[in-house]
Order: sequence, then C-alpha cells, then structure tokens
Amino acid sequence: MNNHILTHLPYKSSFRFVDNISLLNENEVIGEYTLKPDAFFYEDHFEGNPVTPGVILTEIMAQIGLVVLGIFLVMKETGFDFNNQELFPLLTGTDVNFNKMVLPGQKVTVISKKQYFRFGKLKCQIQMQDASKEIVASGTFSGIIKKLDRK
Amino acid sequence: MTRAEILEELKTILKPYTVDKELLAGINDNTDLIKDLKINSANLVDVIIDAEAKYNVEIDYDSAEEMTNVGSCIDIIMKKLNTSE
Repeated sequence: MNNHILTHLPYKSSFRFVDNISLLNENEVIGEYTLKPDAFFYEDHFEGNPVTPGVILTEIMAQIGLVVLGIFLVMKETGFDFNNQELFPLLTGTDVNFNKMVLPGQKVTVISKKQYFRFGKLKCQIQMQDASKEIVASGTFSGIIKKLDRK
Repeated sequence: MTRAEILEELKTILKPYTVDKELLAGINDNTDLIKDLKINSANLVDVIIDAEAKYNVEIDYDSAEEMTNVGSCIDIIMKKLNTSE
C-alpha cells in the first residue's frame, strides 16, 4: 500500500534501487532492495570477484531513506501537482560507515529515521541491514528536493 | 547580549560547516557564508537549526532567507532574542 510512491521516483531501470516500501510515515521509512546479479557494476567491480560498490550501497540508502521519505513529505505538506510539476532530488551530504560486504543477489533492508525536514532540507539517520539483520552500513544523509515545472 | 558576543558564539556554530576553519578567526559583518566561508548551501539549514538551539529562538522561513552573511545572522539572532523576552 506504500508502493504507490515508487511511481514518483525519477530513477529508471539500472539506477533504481528500491523494490518495496514496507513502512512509511512522517518520521520514518523502511524499504527493501535485492541486488541484481546482472547489475552493470559487478562486471568490473571487481573482475571475477563481484562485490557491491560502497557508492551503490550509499545510493540505495539515499533512494529509500531520503528520496522516498522526501517525496512523501513534499506531497503531504504542499499539495504537489504531479501533472504539471516534477520532483528532482539532490543529495547534499552523506557521512557513512560500512561494516559488511554485500554480494550479488543479496537482499538489503534500509531503515531511515528523520532528524528534521526544514526549509526544504531532509536530514535522516539511515541504517542498512542484511537478511540476518546485521548492520551493513549506517550514516547520516541529507538532501533537498527541487520542484520543477514540466516543460 | 552584544553583537561582539554573538559574533564569537557564531564562530563556534559555523565551525563544523566551514571548510577552512582558519577563516573563522577573521570573520566580520560582511563575511558571506557561502561565498567566503564556502558553506554548502544545504548546510545553511544546519547553521540556522544550531543557532535556534543555542539561543532558544525560532527562526522562520523569511528570516532564514535573510541570513546570508555574518552581519545579517547577528541581526536576526538579536531580533529574535529581543522578541522572545
């Protein structure tokens, strides 16, 4: 029932890293993503030894933890007009630590708690867990969502 | 509270968001937060939130828009302190 928000994500195919949103409210979001074994980055990172790049883990955390929650908050607060406007998310800061590797085919869960949403900036404490609920990565993320008029 | 006192406290507030921290020693009313101190524009929100916590005031959207240099930050903080008493 939360997944209608996914239709508003601007990412397509190879760069969309959200499968499902299992919890979404004004203060938190929980979502899941399963790494596709044929994803473009595994071929070269690393050759013969595919490991999910930290920058991709960061992107998964940002898409679920910041962008999904950010779109939800923008829709709620301002009566956004999806017919005439589109949302353009910008990541403005991250501070992430990585604890475990993520391999092709693994499912990860992202849990994000809002610190604040003010003056258009959303800042969250975000954690990524693997299937056994061990912490894969955690950190602080912030971003803004620009509203653009459709041409 | 005087302008000079707020200026000193502002240095502490700005420190985590300023890339070259040595610049803080020489700031004055005309120091621009983005152009001179190279503060990421999204982090201006954190400067405002930290200032609110420090002075126990609430800074609204219009006031926040004006806080572009050190002098305007001090102006807004003094104004909010006076109205909250």
